Amino acid sequence: MTAKPVQLRTPLGEEVLALHAGDHVELSGLVYTARDEAHLRMQKEGIPFDPKGAVIYHCGPVIQDKRVVAAGPTTSARMNELSGFLFDKGVRALIGKGGMGTRVLGQLKDKGVYLAFTGGCAALAADRMTLKGVFFEDLGMAEAVWVFELDRLPLVVGIDSHGSDIFGDVSKHAEAEFGRYKKS
Amino acid sequence: MQITNPVCSALADATFRAYREAVIRLPPDVLRVIEQAAAAETSPVARGEFANILQNISMAEKLGVPMCQDTGVPVIYLTIPPDVPLTKELYAAVAEGVRRATREVPLRPNVVDPITRHNTNDNTGHGMPAIHVKPGEKFTVTVFPKGAGAENMSRIGMLLPSQVNQIEKFVVETVYLAGSRPCPPIVIGVGIGGTFDGAAAMAKEALLQPLDQMTDYERGILAAVNRLGIGAMGLGGDFTALAVKVKTAGCHTASLPVAVNIQCWANRHATVEVKR
Repeated sequence: MTAKPVQLRTPLGEEVLALHAGDHVELSGLVYTARDEAHLRMQKEGIPFDPKGAVIYHCGPVIQDKRVVAAGPTTSARMNELSGFLFDKGVRALIGKGGMGTRVLGQLKDKGVYLAFTGGCAALAADRMTLKGVFFEDLGMAEAVWVFELDRLPLVVGIDSHGSDIFGDVSKHAEAEFGRYKKS
Repeated sequence: MQITNPVCSALADATFRAYREAVIRLPPDVLRVIEQAAAAETSPVARGEFANILQNISMAEKLGVPMCQDTGVPVIYLTIPPDVPLTKELYAAVAEGVRRATREVPLRPNVVDPITRHNTNDNTGHGMPAIHVKPGEKFTVTVFPKGAGAENMSRIGMLLPSQVNQIEKFVVETVYLAGSRPCPPIVIGVGIGGTFDGAAAMAKEALLQPLDQMTDYERGILAAVNRLGIGAMGLGGDFTALAVKVKTAGCHTASLPVAVNIQCWANRHATVEVKR
């Protein structure tokens, strides 16, 4: 059976260093959405919120009447080359789907974690989130930085701060398995 | 086009209702294979993903909201009885139902011009909704909203007639190349034979068949896919795919078209009878 999830609350501190890939966690507190455009804007103009212990959520939500209607995760790999500055400023965790590259794996070392949220689970996400604010609204609904308050969002540690990466291990296994066809 | 014919108004209404049903509630056979996989999964991480998926499904139903923010593009199948003439107004009625669903469910406006990328904001456009018509006894509309994450991972191959035993490899390769991106556990529709376009159409139609009834051939491909171990959301596990469904058609003796249409776990579709 699955062990009881670790309860985390933002802002995050050194407690994330105790997490290991595969641990289930439930995250509460404020998170900030950011996709490609928001990363580029933050690199140029600075981070519009206190980045110390902050959590970034790779998500382009549907917002209607100041409410979160649907807010599932987007593919994190698009932010592979855009995330380094966040950890330098104190960001402790990223949330998204599909995992990230070896560069982020290195950047997270002794600093933070990548938390995977289940793709397509927009209704569950919306049920656990309250809209608290927005930055860069001129980027449009999908690309703006939305501030959500989470209430125990169920996540799993995909990449930890010790160099373990579930997605990387799974890819290697799949590659070896498919390689058997090439030989035949 | 103004909808004046009462039969067409009824079709627009049925399209709207089928769309709403499709994005909020999964068909019973799809739910069954997800539940069966959730119960059989041995990886603790993947079990957590299945728990989230099942909770999301019940939450969407409870709140009456779409289960995924990608509410897809409208793929429509009409069954037309002998006494209903196939007119342009029928196509316009389906588009009207799609526009209403976009406003009222609401759906995310996903349809854009392929070159200018201009969004029509109502999920219709030139040639969209994609409408497929078949003769039948009852007048029904099936709405199959197709999201991009999984659709983008689909492939077609014009294999050699001597490569019949390579079909499984082609399907496994498609899933391997897709990795975590189509939001596994996936459903795999395979069209074998026919023509280039026909194989793709069959692959998509295969996804509408009952997922809890598979032939030995389909089960064999499913087992091969699941040996990849990609698992739910690419986090590893026993179920990279939930089901494989195959449709075949006669083809040229010098051809072997094989199309693989990938669908995420949310294999959403609903059929509504048009009330007349």
